[in-house]
Amino acid sequence: MSLYLQLFLTFSKIGAFTFGGGWAMISIIQREIVEKHRWIPEDEFLDLLAVAQSMPGILAVNISVVIGDRLKGVKGSICAAIGTILPSFLMILAIAIFLTPDTIKNNPIVSRIFKGIRPAVVALIIAPVLTTARAAGINWKTVAIPVAVALLIYSKIPYISNPIIYIVLGAIGGYIFYIYNGYHGKNGENGEKRANVENVENGKEDCHA
Amino acid sequence: MLEDYLKLIWAYLKIGLFGFGGGYAMLSLIQREVVDSGWITSQMFTDIVAISQMTPGPIGINSATYIGYVVTGSVLGSLVTTLTVVLPPFILTLIAAHYIERHRQSPFIKGAFMGLRPVVVGLIASAALLLMNSENFGYEMSERIITIAICVASFCIVYFTRVHPILVIILAGITGLLVF
Repeated sequence: MSLYLQLFLTFSKIGAFTFGGGWAMISIIQREIVEKHRWIPEDEFLDLLAVAQSMPGILAVNISVVIGDRLKGVKGSICAAIGTILPSFLMILAIAIFLTPDTIKNNPIVSRIFKGIRPAVVALIIAPVLTTARAAGINWKTVAIPVAVALLIYSKIPYISNPIIYIVLGAIGGYIFYIYNGYHGKNGENGEKRANVENVENGKEDCHA
Repeated sequence: MLEDYLKLIWAYLKIGLFGFGGGYAMLSLIQREVVDSGWITSQMFTDIVAISQMTPGPIGINSATYIGYVVTGSVLGSLVTTLTVVLPPFILTLIAAHYIERHRQSPFIKGAFMGLRPVVVGLIASAALLLMNSENFGYEMSERIITIAICVASFCIVYFTRVHPILVIILAGITGLLVF
């Protein structure tokens, strides 16, 4: 079996059986690629993962792209990416055809089920707000950033409520902060923050080893 | 017809290019493009998120597939929208993979991600805020008491236990069937 076909089949298996997107997929991808097929050594997998994470878009697709590319170049990355996308594409397409918005609204049983599901979906989105806030090390000094971002987007004011603005500002702001405070240790608040960031990164390096 | 396709492509190019921080962080971006443009209601958007949670695959792709079909009414529209959301990151990731050594040292990437972390928290919070409306929680007081109770209970289960989110959605669906 050619490696192209293997890449496609492996990633379509991953795409078909992983619920919840990127982060849930990583451990399964790692098991398939590093442990089972032994296509890529562990440390290189972590390097590729870092590249996939630093790019925009859907993490699961990005991971398949870097691994496909590493093994078989551009063609390999296309095979792997199509493998990741195809199962969920077919499944959602079938749902879109049979479970139309009208069905959800007009079928009495389906509509009652969805009435119960909707508030649960909101809860599923509130929970990661708290977990990511903890992971990002948000404290009472930095909490103003996510609060302001959330309220400005929620405000629905034309232009101001566009999330793209805050993604771009966050990236540029972080870069400027890093350039001015990141390279040289300073006493006080900024130096402390830098130390924290470095500790986290050192921790990651240890995991690589 | 062609206009629908161009609008879908433009919307999902933006979603693909600026989708940082994972599925939940992309929700407010997707919502802005597809709900505010009048393609679907906020209620339908919530339903798509629920469907996406219960089926394999990332929400970014699932929403593209579903909305592409709903807006154009054709499989082709669904396919075009799905490919559009993965194409820009596909190209960028491929380029980045070839410059992996330089890339890892890049102070821009390091700094940018430090700055993005608190923003991502705000993005997810805004998605939750935007969905807290009458379309999802009901217009009448009696209905709202039940939906708010479902929301609080679901939150506690997801946040404090290790129960899988899919099970929470199924339980909420059964509750809805029994109560409403």
